[in-house]
Amino acid sequence: MSTSDGPAIRPILSANRISKSFGEIPVLFSVDFDVRPGEVHAIIGENGAGKSTLIKILSGFEQPTSGTITYDGKAVSLPPNGEAEGMGIVLIHQEFNLAEHLTVTDSIFLGREIRSFGFLDVRRMRDEAKSLLDTLHVHVAPNARIDTLSVADKQMVEIAKAISRDARVLIMDEPTAVLSVGETQTLFEQIRRLTARGVAIIFISHKLDEVMHLADRVTVLRDGQLIATVEASALTPDSAAQMMVGRELSNLYPPKREPDVDAPRVLAVRNLTAPGITDVSFELRKGEILGFAGLVGSGRTAVAEAVVGLTYRSAGEIEVNGRPVHFANVAQALKAGLAYMTKDRKGKGLLVNMGLRPNLTLLTLEHHLRAGVFVDTASETKALDRAVRRFDIRARDASVKVGQLSGGNQQKLMLGKTMESEPEIIIMDEPTRGIDVGTKQQIYHIIAALAAEGKSIILISSELQEVIGLSHRVVVMRLGRIVGELEGDEITEEQIVRHQMGIQGKAAA
Amino acid sequence: MTTTAGETVQPARRVRIRLGALGPLVALLLLMVLGAILNDHFLSVTNMANIVARASFIGIIAIGATFVITSGGIDLSVGSMSAFTAGMIIIIVNSLVPSLGPGWGAVGIGILAGLAIGALGGAANGILVTAGRIEPFIVTLGSLGIFRALITFLANGGTLNLNFQASDTYSPLYSGNLLWIPVPIIIFAGVAIVAEIAMRRTTFGRHIAAIGSNEQVARYSAIKVDRVRLMTYMLQGLLVGLAAVLYVPKFGSANSSTAVLWELQAIAAVIIGGTTLRGGFGRIWGTVVGVIILELIGNILNLQSFISPYLNQAFQGAIIIIAVLLQRSRKTTT
Repeated sequence: MSTSDGPAIRPILSANRISKSFGEIPVLFSVDFDVRPGEVHAIIGENGAGKSTLIKILSGFEQPTSGTITYDGKAVSLPPNGEAEGMGIVLIHQEFNLAEHLTVTDSIFLGREIRSFGFLDVRRMRDEAKSLLDTLHVHVAPNARIDTLSVADKQMVEIAKAISRDARVLIMDEPTAVLSVGETQTLFEQIRRLTARGVAIIFISHKLDEVMHLADRVTVLRDGQLIATVEASALTPDSAAQMMVGRELSNLYPPKREPDVDAPRVLAVRNLTAPGITDVSFELRKGEILGFAGLVGSGRTAVAEAVVGLTYRSAGEIEVNGRPVHFANVAQALKAGLAYMTKDRKGKGLLVNMGLRPNLTLLTLEHHLRAGVFVDTASETKALDRAVRRFDIRARDASVKVGQLSGGNQQKLMLGKTMESEPEIIIMDEPTRGIDVGTKQQIYHIIAALAAEGKSIILISSELQEVIGLSHRVVVMRLGRIVGELEGDEITEEQIVRHQMGIQGKAAA
Repeated sequence: MTTTAGETVQPARRVRIRLGALGPLVALLLLMVLGAILNDHFLSVTNMANIVARASFIGIIAIGATFVITSGGIDLSVGSMSAFTAGMIIIIVNSLVPSLGPGWGAVGIGILAGLAIGALGGAANGILVTAGRIEPFIVTLGSLGIFRALITFLANGGTLNLNFQASDTYSPLYSGNLLWIPVPIIIFAGVAIVAEIAMRRTTFGRHIAAIGSNEQVARYSAIKVDRVRLMTYMLQGLLVGLAAVLYVPKFGSANSSTAVLWELQAIAAVIIGGTTLRGGFGRIWGTVVGVIILELIGNILNLQSFISPYLNQAFQGAIIIIAVLLQRSRKTTT
């Protein structure tokens, strides 16, 4: 452990009264932040709190609107586009910056290749890469191609690359979001080795337990404001949540309706095997909200995609309202009253270059036809007006491109688009990802209202509180299988976590 | 790939979009003024009608290309497919003349066969792109070579000539008038109007724009992506067939140098017209204006003596590059 206490250690990198606005929208207000050599400093906060903007400013990818950066005791202006790497400040992005077709060695030396007589000195680079990987205890072959590595190994390569550039400050944006528990442990060991060598680490995380486990100090941001910088040992989950959210959240979730045990079964999935999932069975009753919990990559989205016909199933049966179905595409699933709302709003859900109207009706254009062929824009506009009122979609005007809407409004538009098809069963995948608390609350109430109307809902979410707050029943997935099913009082954070980490190792009962 | 969207984008953007929408029309107007300065007869009805009639081949093909490009595809084979189809029409008509005579019977069958051959050629491209999962650039580059070789082979290295008597029956389809309007202009206009409506007002148009904008979103939105894609290539092929049907009565022959570089002109017209090369947005009227712009440039080059008209295609090549550059700078967010 580093001795981060005491004023004797001067911060290596500090931000002084940093403000940043994009156009007229302010995202950071006079934030102070610093990190000392050998220290791990975590940044936490809700989505949209300004965490990513702060680390981009600290690594030169964004320039502050006002305020100064001090590095190694001197006021500096960091060069843009990652050139600050040359000064020893390295940002590891959430999406890695690795060329998939290069080898590990190529990646580590990219842009500063070792040459002899003008030609690449392949052997020397490989040897140096090997010894570097060895000192970091990273077990990947220097000749392996990046696209053959696991996500965790790619991250290790990024770290090795940073170290080879003599990084003195290593900044990581949610490094554990895509890692399994074991991989996270390896990463933490790596981070401890780095801090022992005097490297300063800044990292963003949404997982409070790992923040308290790993960090020396924690900075909490909310709505672009610095709320506090505290010693990690002084932090409790409650105090952290209190600081992040800043208000009482007791009525965040609508009251749960008693589940109707006699309600007919609308969806039954038995022994479903498809890409990413094995032998998955569950049932959904009318008017029920069935939560799907599990870590990222545990197969929840794969289940949804197999059910609605986006991927092919290799085994298993699916019944909708008692009739066996086998959807080959989304259109067939829709016709049977089953809709899937993707978690990837911009990549799979919405056409970001188009306006609200064509997005809303893309799924259901046949409802807005005259003479069976011609699109009736007046009818589409009416549908948009209805959706805007029903889901409280806020846009400057209807012609604005969907990509310019906030995440919350995009999500509500996507909800509107899905509901246009009047589905009886709705699979919602991370319906509140990346949106602010106020909009989350709205969406929670919409979900509960839909269930009360008799719609049946599968709620896939990585936010445990959300699953717990809304679901009548919770299915927990791990490594492509269902490992537990919880009902009533069993639905607790502890139970879900035990199942998804495999501690409660019993197979589906 | 810095994510600095949001800053100062707004005001600049609005002006550019307005310019982008009217750009092709402004260019057309400037060219007309230039032409009028160079030659008194430039703006005469005869010259204008001539220009539009000659633009009709490329125009009809470029309308098909607008659909393909809007859906995010590309078809490089349209020129050689036109030549091949024209050759096939000639062969079929000639072979029918002995039995059916040189009247509309033989010519009519030839026309229908031309349309069918075009549609089949397009379908072949489309099937390879969708079911074969091959890049459209590669598929159509390959078929470009195949169709060009086939016309050379059919003509045995020489030229296929339409039966002289059949030609008399057939030629009014290009040179005739209907209500004082040349037939090719009527057909071109008809295709353009139907296509514009299809693009703006039908599910087909909406779906191809969605696919070109983001194929994944389209797939997740219950659009049958492969089927729509296949239809764009078939439509392109059918329109190539139609262009060949109009080409044969004009020239009465086809050989290995027929319709060379038509793909360049068709794609250039589409891009000049404001359709996004990467897909997601297309407009037929823009393509029509684009085709006429290209034809005007050729016409003007013939009217003056400073620049060699042999450089015509260099202008077309340069224009396509400039048009894409302008599109790129218009695009502010990714």
